[in-house]
Amino acid sequence: MNSKTASQPIAMVQTPITSPAASFSVGGLFRRPEAGAFLGLFGVFVFFLVFGSLEFLKPAGAASWLNVAANLGIVAFPIGLLMIAGELDISIGSMIPAGSMTVAIISGYYGLPIWIGIAASLGLGVFVGLVNGFLVVRTNVPSLIVTLGTLFAVAGLVLGLSVLLTGTTSVALKAPELAKFFFGQFVANTFQVIIFWWLALTALYIYVIHYSPYGNWIFAMGGDRVSARNAGIPTAKLTIALFVLSSTSAAFVGMCQAILFNSAQVSAGMSFIFNSIISVVVGGVLLTGGFGSIVGIFFGTITFAVVNQGIYFTSFDRNWSSLIIGVMLLLAVLMNNTFRSMALSYSPKKK
Amino acid sequence: MATPILKLKNICKSFGPIDVLNDISLDICPGEVLCLLGDNGAGKSTLIKTLSGVYRPNSGTMEMEGQPVEFTGPRDASTRGIATVHQFGGTFPLMSIGRSFFVGVEPTKGWGPFKIFDRQKANAVAIKAIQDFGITRIDDGDRLVGGLSGGERQSLAIARAVHFGAKVLILDEPTAALGVKQATHVLRIVNEAKRRGLAVVFITHQVMHAMAVGDHFAVLIRGAIAADFRKGEKTREEITDLMAGGETMAELEAQIDGYIATHDGHAPQLSGAAG
Ligand SMILES: Nc1ncnc2c1ncn2[C@@H]1O[C@H](COP(=O)(O)OP(=O)(O)OP(=O)(O)O)[C@@H](O)[C@H]1O
Ligand SMILES: [Mg+2]
Repeated sequence: MNSKTASQPIAMVQTPITSPAASFSVGGLFRRPEAGAFLGLFGVFVFFLVFGSLEFLKPAGAASWLNVAANLGIVAFPIGLLMIAGELDISIGSMIPAGSMTVAIISGYYGLPIWIGIAASLGLGVFVGLVNGFLVVRTNVPSLIVTLGTLFAVAGLVLGLSVLLTGTTSVALKAPELAKFFFGQFVANTFQVIIFWWLALTALYIYVIHYSPYGNWIFAMGGDRVSARNAGIPTAKLTIALFVLSSTSAAFVGMCQAILFNSAQVSAGMSFIFNSIISVVVGGVLLTGGFGSIVGIFFGTITFAVVNQGIYFTSFDRNWSSLIIGVMLLLAVLMNNTFRSMALSYSPKKK
Repeated sequence: MATPILKLKNICKSFGPIDVLNDISLDICPGEVLCLLGDNGAGKSTLIKTLSGVYRPNSGTMEMEGQPVEFTGPRDASTRGIATVHQFGGTFPLMSIGRSFFVGVEPTKGWGPFKIFDRQKANAVAIKAIQDFGITRIDDGDRLVGGLSGGERQSLAIARAVHFGAKVLILDEPTAALGVKQATHVLRIVNEAKRRGLAVVFITHQVMHAMAVGDHFAVLIRGAIAADFRKGEKTREEITDLMAGGETMAELEAQIDGYIATHDGHAPQLSGAAG
């Protein structure tokens, strides 16, 4: 009886494998995670062109917001990936000054070769990232709390050590030409070289997250961690790697700033915490994980930087810029929610 | 009839002092649906978690295809071909159908370090897998999983398990949150999986659903197998009584009638945690 049923012809339709028709449509664009960020950026540009002046698109003007965007953007990408994976890292706020103080104390105060300072700075980033990652994976403490702890611990450590070792909270650093060239020059006298790092990293992240198979793992982990683990994704290792990435990126930005400005201060990074979260959320990443895109974070960062700097090109008092950022954040979140539910309810036309 | 693919012998499982499974012996055969029935707290979920490697039994043995096995974890069980689909399908609501179908085993094209995720292939394979199960309404692999109905999500998860070579398919209350039509869809897919020669373990509280697909029934009462019978050996009423934990439905109805009679026609108020 068994063999008889098994040999019956398959009743179900055997559909041939077809690839869906080339899927470019305006509707399709709006269902992408970066749709809101793109519209937001457009709106912000129009706003500052109307109330400000064309100056802000000319090289000197563009440099002002590109510099902000690049420094912020390098940190915003890993913060966004962590958020997609369902985690947060606010310890970057003290990793940026920690990165710059490390290179300044080692290579500026003690005069060791700059490469040792750079390696130590990035090494500290890797170490703090490992601590964050292991604590989050091993304990079940939410990453917001874990990184709140390391935020304060690292800030205190940097302040204490720099006063102990150098007797001050601000250390000068004279980097050699080559290091300046790569990490701390002004291209054409206005553009920080870190802009090029940011653009290169954008391309790299787009490849890894949206084209290589690994990006899928991060989205799966943020969507449903247990199912992702059962599907064979090394969720613990991936989480730790993302924390290492964010701390090291923050240390990198701090290191570049120290080399660029020839000095490092103990307190120079807390604003990055909120600014990177705003950029990421404006960029369409879902705070609870599982949804977002690199291009969205890229646009979100530029939007933030333009609002932050654009105010100088208008006749408004600069104090208003926080108001604009707040309103923009709320609008962006509402817009992103709308686009996300459009994406969810989307189904091709019924036949 | 067929030789069992999975054989449980005298499985016991306790959590500390609480004995949850008591001396369970069961045969799970390919091409058959085994319905696990029983009241709330009878131990059904615990039993399938033991089958799928989440828990280790305290005593007793398992044999898979004649060989003794001990699962080190859910991954171990799933690489050996035991796939579990949980109530909400264990899918990723904000991922596309194609991407979620291939989580962990992404198809790539290109070579060397420049391999890229092959979206077209992933979408095409996922759509074909689910359409072959008769869900022809799903035809765009870029749709997000969260936009599918509950039944479609269950179907997608089952299609995925079958596509990746599951031999034993474990479904924990797949029809629990579904309406009549959606539940019918899922039952059809269960039948299709059986027809393809999989062993299916199916948990449900609905006698109709169990009778629609089951070949073999096992009723758990307080962690022990109270009845083990094949299709056609018991009537619907007998099964219902067993599922209610051995009390006959007639007795329960008599109790309720008695209650209403003594309380001026008000139905009993269920207080506290029900079910
Ligand atoms: N991890 C655990 N620790 C202690 N007791 C547990 C644990 N898991 C389950 N139990 C107990 O084991 C018993 C059986 O639980 P189980 O979830 O297997 O029941 P079930 O048959 O699936 O019920 P339902 O139909 O409500 O899903 C219950 O009394 C429950 O309280
Ligand atoms: Mg259960």
